[in-house]
Amino acid sequence: MPIIKIVPKITYIAHDKKKNTVEVPVGLTVMEGALQNNIQGIDADCGGSMACATCHVYIPENWFNKIEKLHDAEQDMLDMAFEPKKNSRLSCQIIVSEDLDGLEVMMPIKQT
Amino acid sequence: MIKTDAIIIGAGPTGLFAVHQLGIIGLKCEIIDNLDRAGGQCIELYPDKPIYDIPAIPECTGEELTNGLLKQVAPFKANFHLNQRVEEIKQENNSWILKTNKGNTFSAPNVIIAGGVGSFEPRKLTLKEAEKFEGNQIFYSVVNKNIFQNKKISIFGGGDSALDWALELSKTNEITLIHRRTEFRGAAHTLSEIKQKEKEGKILIKTPCTLKSIEGDKVMTGIKIEHEDGTLENIKTDYILSFFGLIMKLGPIAEWGLNIDKKTIPVNTETFQTNKEGIFAIGDICTYPGKLKLILSGFHEGALAARACFKRAKPDETYRFEFTTASKNIHDRLGLKK
Repeated sequence: MPIIKIVPKITYIAHDKKKNTVEVPVGLTVMEGALQNNIQGIDADCGGSMACATCHVYIPENWFNKIEKLHDAEQDMLDMAFEPKKNSRLSCQIIVSEDLDGLEVMMPIKQT
Repeated sequence: MIKTDAIIIGAGPTGLFAVHQLGIIGLKCEIIDNLDRAGGQCIELYPDKPIYDIPAIPECTGEELTNGLLKQVAPFKANFHLNQRVEEIKQENNSWILKTNKGNTFSAPNVIIAGGVGSFEPRKLTLKEAEKFEGNQIFYSVVNKNIFQNKKISIFGGGDSALDWALELSKTNEITLIHRRTEFRGAAHTLSEIKQKEKEGKILIKTPCTLKSIEGDKVMTGIKIEHEDGTLENIKTDYILSFFGLIMKLGPIAEWGLNIDKKTIPVNTETFQTNKEGIFAIGDICTYPGKLKLILSGFHEGALAARACFKRAKPDETYRFEFTTASKNIHDRLGLKK
């Protein structure tokens, strides 16, 4: 049996609804996937050290519980984000796995 | 005008170690930072968070690292110019002339930009109408607490700054503390004091709530907040204090004619020089193939940039590589007793 490995596809939805679907290798974060593919809307000023809240995204309801739960430190940092909501996450804390193939994330109108 | 061999912009760990590297090769420098203290992101964003990847230091906090670096560069007596941002750079013959927003001017053949992701600024309220009240009735930090006497103050935020100021100002004012979730993040004793003040009716807590609108034309008279279930509530307010941390902005650096690629400055990895002769970039702000945004990398980059500065600062002298263990010159510069 051949082993089939999938490279998950992640869709970044801008505030104006424009969609950008890219392949993000397993193990990278959703934030890195955006940066490496030049997707506008995720700033990631601190480079992923959970210190700036500028890689903030909203996760659709059907995906929110499939992602590893957020910890206190991320929740604290989200307080600083631009218009955080209940479905807010920091994309630097979402590590892409095969289970996340097809994930859609929505980006806020701006990050700061 | 202050004349020196090199001007360092940014007093984070990379900028501080650059002071050391310039110092041991006998170059003088001045260091400028927009914050009110040295340490950059280490001190501003994670003073208490441990760092595990500084060679020979298994674990230290951002604050400890900063204090260690300050001690290490103390012998070189570099002048720190804090609370000011470099606004412009212009070339005059072989020197660069820098001007800060405090009106100070500097001249040097070398400029080392160690500016991280740019300068820190408070994160502002997102409502457009907030702008016209900023500085009069809306503040992002407290400069003079004496203006707050018998006033109605709405404080936004859930961290230490919001909690500490709520407590302090509740002594002489009516405080409403508004936060987007029910949990606050602060020291245990602060949280219990807040609870106590709430019981006493000195602090009104509104959670989970967000700011919906600001009322008033020339003078702000109140705000409207939205509860989780969508209901709106009016709150009479003389002042808003908003504490949502700091953001980083590249700021004026973008206008200095340097090549910029995604908010970073491409450099030559031999000298860390930018596209402008005599302007170097090190640390998180520089980019090159394989760049890692590590403090460790910033130290290396500063060491090489400092050597490159020597040629421009002392064109008639020959630079000779020396080890700190063996060089009498370096020992003198470190002020060691014989």
